[in-house]
Amino acid sequence: MGFLTRFFKGHAAVQQLPAGSLTVNRDGQVVTSTIASGYPQGLLRDIVRDVMLLFRQAREAQMPLAEFSIHFASLRITAREMRGGAVIFLSPQTVPTTPSQPDRL
Amino acid sequence: MESHHKILILDDETAWLEVNREILTRLPSKPETRAVNTGARAVALLDAEPFRLLICDLKMPKMDGLQVLSIVRRRFPELRTVVLTALEDEEFRSRAYALGVDLFWLKTDIQQNPQMFLDCVESLLGRDMETGFRGIQSKSLMDIIQMECLSRSSTVLRITRGPLVAKLWIQEGELIDAEAEGARGEAAFRRILAWKSGTFENLSAEPKRERTIFKSVNALLLESAQNMDEAANPTGPDSIEEADHRKTIWKLALVAREGAEFVVASSAERQNEVDAWGTQNAGQLAAWTRRVAEVAKRLSDRLEAGPLLYVVGNSVERQVLLLPGGEKSYLVAWPPDAPADQLFEKTKKLVASWDS
Repeated sequence: MGFLTRFFKGHAAVQQLPAGSLTVNRDGQVVTSTIASGYPQGLLRDIVRDVMLLFRQAREAQMPLAEFSIHFASLRITAREMRGGAVIFLSPQTVPTTPSQPDRL
Repeated sequence: MESHHKILILDDETAWLEVNREILTRLPSKPETRAVNTGARAVALLDAEPFRLLICDLKMPKMDGLQVLSIVRRRFPELRTVVLTALEDEEFRSRAYALGVDLFWLKTDIQQNPQMFLDCVESLLGRDMETGFRGIQSKSLMDIIQMECLSRSSTVLRITRGPLVAKLWIQEGELIDAEAEGARGEAAFRRILAWKSGTFENLSAEPKRERTIFKSVNALLLESAQNMDEAANPTGPDSIEEADHRKTIWKLALVAREGAEFVVASSAERQNEVDAWGTQNAGQLAAWTRRVAEVAKRLSDRLEAGPLLYVVGNSVERQVLLLPGGEKSYLVAWPPDAPADQLFEKTKKLVASWDS
């Protein structure tokens, strides 16, 4: 024992997907969060920045949105507009998120 | 070899001909300009050489501008025409548009805003000749009718195609009557839909007009699409113009049948390539679609979340679903009361039929 760990010390380079919710004010600052504190803050800031950007650009395109969801193969990001800010839900997906996928028998 | 469009200027005042020529030298496409001072010479020159655009004065001795324009419209239906006059009379404006001119400009307006005049002329020079209805750039007649209906307008659309004139009566967003080529009602509407190009103008609404059409515009579009498909020549290929026109009708009928509000198909690489129906805001929506794709790719890479499957959004007015594709991404809008759990499948179905 210990032989393998001597040679394979590093952690597997798999990043955990964020799960939980964030509340962001109109300035893009995170007000509350239920995301694990160990999750990289830089990545959360990226999510917040991009969500706010998409809301703003939808308004500029004369298509203001109250809510949108970005469905990735393994993560769903749902953002709901809230008085200029937003509440953002991050939900890891265990199966592909096709909404009308038939139930398995 | 690079070819330049040719513009013919007709004005009996030599000083104005010079002013015009000087202004037109500022056009980015550097067209070749010729100038004549009588209607007879203008017609003779148009007979002798191909021109793209005629800029015509109205008040002239012997043959006036309206006479020239009526001759030109019959003999050179593809020629773009601009009226440039000092006559500030609405009647002349209306008569000129009835003759199918593309633009009506006052000489005083040119002096005040030459750049806008140049932009309009450049747009006319650059626009494709084959199809489309003048009056609103790059819009098909079906687009125009749908826009009037969606905005619940009351208006009379007068449509001119060469010597042919048709009218559509729209009352509070509903098509109530049509007249074309001696036909009335649905038959007239079907004839108008077969026109691939023309000019149109909005006239005052006629609320007392007798109603002869009781079907919805969407139902009539579907029927027309079906008729055109059945009437298509099965033995030989359509001309490009006919094929485009049939495709246009089919796409519109498809959007109407599926109940979508609009469709915007945009290419990530070729930003100018936007194919859109049911919206006047295609450019901005296509830009938003591209931006979402960029953001999604960035997030996907950073978060290791896998490829983007789709994006769905909603507001009080509508629901939208963005479906990324290999070459094109599609943004499809649905009514706010459309069942949310069916949007993905419905959008996939619509998109699959879109380019087929």
